[in-house]
Amino acid sequence: MTRFVAVLGRELRLSLRHGADTLAALLFFLVAASLFPLAIGPSPEVLGRMAPGIVWVCALLAALLPLDRLFGADFEDGSLDQLLLCGLPASAIAAAKAVAHWLVTGLPLLLAAAPIAVMLRLPDAALGTLLMALLPGTLLLSLFGTMGAAIVLGARRGGVLLPILVLPLCVPVLIFGVAAADAAAEGMTARPHLLLLAALLAAALPLCPLAAGAALRGAAE
Amino acid sequence: MGRLDTPPSSILLEAASLAAFRGERLVFRDLSFRVPAGGALVLAGPNGSGKSTLLRLLAGLGRAEVGRLLWAGEDALADRTAHAARVTYVGHLDAVKPGLTVTENLHFAARLSGGAIGAALLAFTLENLAELPARMLSAGQKRRLALARLALSATPLWLLDEPTLGLDTASVERFGAVLAAHRESGGIVIAATHLPLPLADAAELRLA
Repeated sequence: MTRFVAVLGRELRLSLRHGADTLAALLFFLVAASLFPLAIGPSPEVLGRMAPGIVWVCALLAALLPLDRLFGADFEDGSLDQLLLCGLPASAIAAAKAVAHWLVTGLPLLLAAAPIAVMLRLPDAALGTLLMALLPGTLLLSLFGTMGAAIVLGARRGGVLLPILVLPLCVPVLIFGVAAADAAAEGMTARPHLLLLAALLAAALPLCPLAAGAALRGAAE
Repeated sequence: MGRLDTPPSSILLEAASLAAFRGERLVFRDLSFRVPAGGALVLAGPNGSGKSTLLRLLAGLGRAEVGRLLWAGEDALADRTAHAARVTYVGHLDAVKPGLTVTENLHFAARLSGGAIGAALLAFTLENLAELPARMLSAGQKRRLALARLALSATPLWLLDEPTLGLDTASVERFGAVLAAHRESGGIVIAATHLPLPLADAAELRLA
């Protein structure tokens, strides 16, 4: 556990030191979401209807941005070997990376989603549900993203491959996440959608780090 | 070869007919050697003869297609996480983060081993550079920073890939003292090199 905390602490320290990279995902989210009212007009009915979808798609794309460097930098400068030799299983390293990605990217996106949703005139009744769905949603994006980043590690054009690999995996997350907010906006219960997201999270939590760990071992060989 | 006269009970690391591929190419086969506690093994051979591949294999990073690696008589690579606790590996890449200071770069290794960063900096005379971002360091200073991880480590098996590349003579001497202290306490040093290393009575393994 102390080793896990050490790896996590190292990741957070590096993210803090590379503040511009860390902020890029959040800024991308804010800018991309702000483009929609300009493109489709300020009509509250149209925007409010589309708001959950806009927030989710922008969050999804923003979460992809830092994935390229998640393992890439460590792979290139030899730090990945040191991480793999720190006495933790490779899957635990991947889990620490996923947690770091969520803390540095997922959590800020979750917090920024609230003002963005208000700006897009999301009905008040749906705001809480949207954020509640984004909590497992951003965690899932971090887990899928970590797995994808580990798998494309060492591949030529890995940066191009990564979204093609990760985005299809995120489709169910997107569908249930948006459906939850839509249901709440129309006065129906969002519970089944949130439970399905939680179920996805329960499955991804052990499986994604395992797959990512195996991929890291493969990349190191 | 160095200490072959030692009794077999003190043999800590034993490789039996190892073979490894890099990509599609067989880099070595039928490689066998033994290293006793406190022993040193220098890997020699031309470029591409598999020195780095062998070191990565010994670290548990690479994979042996054939053969076995024994640590104190037990299969070392069966549990690679457990094997990692015995190994400190300094590869040909320095694993130095340019954005962190010299001290911060050692922070992670120190937290794992519980060693003191100050002493490790002193061992490689990095104390005056401690608060400098690692991007400001020269190639040789970066190498010293990578080697300072050795001074922090408490593991018995040190695997070094071209450790003295870019070091000045004074640093090589200090590095020799660190290696000697490690062997004094029963540790093993295995190094791949083209340059003469400050290792007394080291055995040599020549890879073709």
